[in-house]
Amino acid sequence: MNDQPFVLGAVAYAPKVVTIWEGFRDWFASEGFAFDVVLYSNYERQVDDLMAGRIDVAWNSPLAWVRARRLAAAAGRTVSAPVMRDTDQDLTSVVVVVGDSDLASIGDLAGGRVAVGAIDSPQSRLIPLGHLAAAGLDLGRSVEVVGFDVMVGKHGDHVGGERDAVAALLDGEVNAACIIGANQLAFAQEGMIKPGAVRILTETAPYDHCVFTVVDDAVDATTVERFSDLLLSMSFDDPAVRGLLEMEGLREWRPGRTSGFDQLERAVDLLGLYDERGRIVDPNYRP
Amino acid sequence: MNAAAETDVVEVVELGDLGFDGGAHIVLNHHVRRLQTGSLVEVRGTHPDLRPQLRAWCTTNGHRWTDGRFAVGAYNWSRWSGAEPAGAADAVVARAPGHWGLALRGVWVEAGGPSPRFALDTRDEIWSDDASRLYERALAGQWDPAVAIPWHAPLPADPDVEAAVVQTMTFLVENEEAALVVPARFLGQVHPHFAEVQHVLAVQVADEARHAHVFARRARLAQASPALSGAGGRASLQTLLDEPDFATASFLLSVLGEGTFLSLLAFVERFAPDECTRAITRLARADEARHVAFGLSHLERHCLIDPALRHRLATAIEHRYEALRSTSGLNDAVFDALVVLAAGCIEPGAIARGWRAVQELQRDMTDGRIARLGRLGFPADQAQRLATLHTRNFM
Repeated sequence: MNDQPFVLGAVAYAPKVVTIWEGFRDWFASEGFAFDVVLYSNYERQVDDLMAGRIDVAWNSPLAWVRARRLAAAAGRTVSAPVMRDTDQDLTSVVVVVGDSDLASIGDLAGGRVAVGAIDSPQSRLIPLGHLAAAGLDLGRSVEVVGFDVMVGKHGDHVGGERDAVAALLDGEVNAACIIGANQLAFAQEGMIKPGAVRILTETAPYDHCVFTVVDDAVDATTVERFSDLLLSMSFDDPAVRGLLEMEGLREWRPGRTSGFDQLERAVDLLGLYDERGRIVDPNYRP
Repeated sequence: MNAAAETDVVEVVELGDLGFDGGAHIVLNHHVRRLQTGSLVEVRGTHPDLRPQLRAWCTTNGHRWTDGRFAVGAYNWSRWSGAEPAGAADAVVARAPGHWGLALRGVWVEAGGPSPRFALDTRDEIWSDDASRLYERALAGQWDPAVAIPWHAPLPADPDVEAAVVQTMTFLVENEEAALVVPARFLGQVHPHFAEVQHVLAVQVADEARHAHVFARRARLAQASPALSGAGGRASLQTLLDEPDFATASFLLSVLGEGTFLSLLAFVERFAPDECTRAITRLARADEARHVAFGLSHLERHCLIDPALRHRLATAIEHRYEALRSTSGLNDAVFDALVVLAAGCIEPGAIARGWRAVQELQRDMTDGRIARLGRLGFPADQAQRLATLHTRNFM
């Protein structure tokens, strides 16, 4: 067994986060791996603590990955993403309009209002706005962006901002709303979106979401490897962990990859959230 | 399930214009459930958002999406891994494990759920083959006090007789409360595997709530002066509430107490001075008969399997007798009220008749107890002795 517990940071965006990590902590212990968890109220402090060596690994949002990478690069260091969820790979966001809208293309949004989630939500603000801008829309000039800031600092993990954005669309307050594709299905299933009430105007390119993040020079590679191997060995067929995996929203852990963050990197620059050294530069972003 | 090669489409699903905002996932899951891991499914449809929605659905549900097709994920059957049947639908097991929890008997229980502790989880302790029949009888026998009771029928003109009714009702209410609390306390301890027993106890609790309600309402009809709740009677009932063992509590309450009440309620019905009192005692008596039948039925079975139980039950009567020896037993006011009810007035000749009727009631109660003890297998002489040790408070 490792002598010192391997310490993970996670953001407590919902009460279930406590249950999930307490459960994983017990499971790691049963596998002979000393492990502990520190919960954060926001990703910015978690990333700061990762860089300062106060935690060994961060369960990072894609935006937190971007900031960690930039902070590390500015300090001449590197970060890695050893593991991620199956459900974090190749996601897309969608820009939805009401079903009977006469909007047919991104260009038709000019002169209108577009609802987005929290200021720091990759899936509901940064990536879809980057997608609209890349298609030629002049954000803030030809379209008004209406933000729904729920739990700022949690990088859009809380679904509230996206829910509010869709509610604004259904109430006729905006012409379009930006959400992650899976939430269109979730909102339909819970009855918020009636059949045919909204349709997709445009879909972003695929991107990746959360990743575990380590600073390469701060952790023992063998310990990280053991941590990763244990995660990858978890099976959805095992009733001892199935409930935890379900709560965490995955069927299986997969080896991490960092190829799915380019859209987000560009959007962060475009919207001026962080600078290239990972410093928070958007004055409206107060986690 | 074995993996299939991810090359050939093995299933084509036609969705028409159905989208994921209208339930497309139900159709897909129906197909997916029959397919092996890796089977390639082609999805066709005309819904404008089908492609992006299918992609999102696949990602969330562990299927591998590629351009309008997807390969069935590896975890299609995970919930069945380690699952076990919660017994058989038509038979109860000797002891129901906690992890079957609230599941319906005979269904498959997914592994990994909670394992609640139900103290009454053993067949021989609680089961009766009669439970299902008694529950159905109970359902068919439910009555609505608003329509079944002639609340507006004339009340006795004689204030002494009305006072006797009020005193009797006061006594009945606190006994019904005890008969409610005792099964209610055990109800939450019965393992749901023995659902029929659970249901019988639940309806028993509901019956007693209704009885307490109608007796209280009758007591207040004439707004007569309040009656007395005797300390001795409450001490007697307290020994029922304090009994921690299901078999013993059931024996003391249902077989002896409610059994004795069958005689008492028949007596009050017979001498009721008004239609309302007659109706509520008749209806309550029919319910109580079911409670007695269940108590007798499961204890009869239990005694057959475990003859030593009889000794425990006999000891329980003796202990209760000793515990109550120093108390007054039946409240004098209740005894007198029963005499007045049978007399119909306080004229001396009538009181003498009433007195004899109550003596007869007590003999009738003792005979009933002897008969029920006999049914549980107690020899005649022991049944005779134990029947006379029963609380003077009737319940």
